[in-house]
Amino acid sequence: MKLNQNRAPIYEALQKFRSMRVVPFDVPGHKHGRGNPELTAFLGEQCVAVDVNSMKPLDNLCHPVSVIREAEILAADAFGAAHAFLMVGGTTSSVQSMVLSVCKRGDKIILPRNVHRSVINALVLCGAVPVYVNPEVDLRLGISLGMQREQVAKAISENPDAVAVLVNNPTYYGICSDIKAIVKMAHNANMLCLADEAHGTHFYFGEDMPVSAMKAGADMAAVSMHKSGGSLTQSSLLLTGPNINAGHVRQIINLTQTTSGSYLLMSSLDISRRNLALRGKEVFSKVIDMANYARDEINAIGGYYAFGEELVNGDSIFDFDPTKLSVYTRDIGLAGIEVYDILRDEYDIQIEFGDIGNILAYLSIGDRPQELERLVSALADIRRCHETDSSGLLSQEYIDPEVVTSPQEAFYARKKSVPIEESAGLVCSEFVMCYPPGIPILAPGERITKEILDYIEYAKIKGCSMTGPEDPDILHLNVLE
Amino acid sequence: MELWFSEFHAPDVKHSIRVNTHLFSQKSDYQQIDIFDTPAFGRVLTLDGNVILTERDEFIYDEMITHVPMSVHPGIRDILVIGAGDGGVVRELARYDTVERIDLVEMDPQVLEACRKYLPENASRLDDSRVHIYFDNALRFIRRCKDQYDLIIVDSTDPFGPSEGYFTREFYGSCYNALHDDGIMVNQQGSPFFEHDAQAMQRSHQRIANIFPICRVYQAHIPTYAAGYWLFGFASKKYHPIDDLNAEKWLALHLGTQYYTTKLHIGAFYLPAFLEKMLMEVEKRP
Repeated sequence: MKLNQNRAPIYEALQKFRSMRVVPFDVPGHKHGRGNPELTAFLGEQCVAVDVNSMKPLDNLCHPVSVIREAEILAADAFGAAHAFLMVGGTTSSVQSMVLSVCKRGDKIILPRNVHRSVINALVLCGAVPVYVNPEVDLRLGISLGMQREQVAKAISENPDAVAVLVNNPTYYGICSDIKAIVKMAHNANMLCLADEAHGTHFYFGEDMPVSAMKAGADMAAVSMHKSGGSLTQSSLLLTGPNINAGHVRQIINLTQTTSGSYLLMSSLDISRRNLALRGKEVFSKVIDMANYARDEINAIGGYYAFGEELVNGDSIFDFDPTKLSVYTRDIGLAGIEVYDILRDEYDIQIEFGDIGNILAYLSIGDRPQELERLVSALADIRRCHETDSSGLLSQEYIDPEVVTSPQEAFYARKKSVPIEESAGLVCSEFVMCYPPGIPILAPGERITKEILDYIEYAKIKGCSMTGPEDPDILHLNVLE
Repeated sequence: MELWFSEFHAPDVKHSIRVNTHLFSQKSDYQQIDIFDTPAFGRVLTLDGNVILTERDEFIYDEMITHVPMSVHPGIRDILVIGAGDGGVVRELARYDTVERIDLVEMDPQVLEACRKYLPENASRLDDSRVHIYFDNALRFIRRCKDQYDLIIVDSTDPFGPSEGYFTREFYGSCYNALHDDGIMVNQQGSPFFEHDAQAMQRSHQRIANIFPICRVYQAHIPTYAAGYWLFGFASKKYHPIDDLNAEKWLALHLGTQYYTTKLHIGAFYLPAFLEKMLMEVEKRP
């Protein structure tokens, strides 16, 4: 970082704008909140008064030349990137712009199967073809891990025409692949390396963290500032390295991004970047201490396994994000999703998600020790009240997908709806996933198998919230004719 | 010059006490601690601007939260007291020779220090050899305890500050787990009068009722608390608060209380109709 990170140009411009008492004869029509008193009472005058439109003193997100541009330069400096784009459509839009910037119809992209739906959605949009690297699965925990170097090398050598390799840095569970080595392999094969860093904002600021994508030499990274970074929901960053043409990326972003970028979201990115640049190291060291404390306390309860850095194996778990608090629950006889539901319904504690075997509590810059004590005590109490025999719980194994057609072809092909129980052997044209975490069980173009159907049925019974298909009850699936 | 301490009992209700001197003011890691000297109530301890006790009326609270369970359970030896850094609850419990151990868990050492200095009468028995003081988060302390206590007294501040964790299901569940098979938990349960307090009271009553087979509420009149009207929860695995009251045995101790009597004990469990209804609403088990 070389620039003055005390600055927050968008925030400063909004402050100044407010003090000028400019008379609004432009959109938004609520006119600093006056036209919508109920909304103003709910959100506060401070907030609605800066819900304003692009104008000369406030710049324009589609073509930044002044304060937004300065904020992007500061963000790039803070994250060690050549360029940073402020994004207002969630990290979904960052991921999609990243993929659309490097892939076009028919291009191959190498990626792990446990990507977020937004990645495969991008393939539906652009027509690129996925080449999946099977992430190794931890059989006990039932979670997909990172990509092994050898598997990536194999995918690269078998697909020398691929244009890019995409890496989760880290996965939802905090597991990192050897991104430095993968960047090197990709670059040696004239491919780009992209990183989904939806869960990796803090890697750029904390100490004793896994390496960030930009530091590892990746070409682009989609960074969810609103997750661990503290900005408002739906705000995000797209970072690019020195080999990427920023003007081209801007054009791609403008294909799908709103022309009315929210100043609430942009100022939250600006203020959060400043906070992280100035205080991130200190703040995230507290988060790590809290996560380590919680892991020790949860493991002391018995029955639960709050996993951490001991899993690191140098390859498929090259590194572990110490702020992630994931807990394996099957040994107390409850699926993670059941613990997730009990925590919310009976203890008023909302955690990030539960899957078949695990729960994930998201720790971040807003957490305090007293709430962690509640979480730990609630887990102890759940064990006391609910512990049962754990046999009979399905373990979650990696199901190797058979990609029959590209996601785009499958999504737009002629299709028919069949009862889900009659769909085995057919090719699915839509997504099926538990949300969160939003990692597809089936993606468009993949063959449906009995194994996959059993898994879907089990996840439904356990109470996972399933999304994707046209049929909201997931009794029917759309398949290729 | 007029100097007044004021506290909102509800958003539209304010209670004020004239102040002679502001004796102590300190911000700890957990809360703002203040002690005032006042003409009407003597010394007054406030945490985050809420009255915790006054010299003039603390006896009501401290007697009602201790002597009710002590006169019901025939053999209380091991007691856990949560919060209560002022020492008033411990002072009442220390009057029983049959008590062998009082573990006091207070998260904020500065409350205890301030009370030792400015409220010496309340803190008078904190140095009793049976008293063991732990500065810890009580949620953390208690989840390590199993089948250890005859009585747990939860003397927390209100549920909207640092004590929020002591009104939760996980906390009450941990208390259940820490009690012997015939153990009793008594907690301060807030006031049923103003809406905000009433909702919190209902929620905690519901949580306790879901965990303990016997769960009753009793009342007392405390002038400096919201609406002057305060509730306590009596949760028990075995003993009934009225049927198992052993008045003769307690009277034989001649403790000379100022508020508590064995007749009042029974009367305190007879509640006004509106309150009975509020409690019934949440007692329906799922």
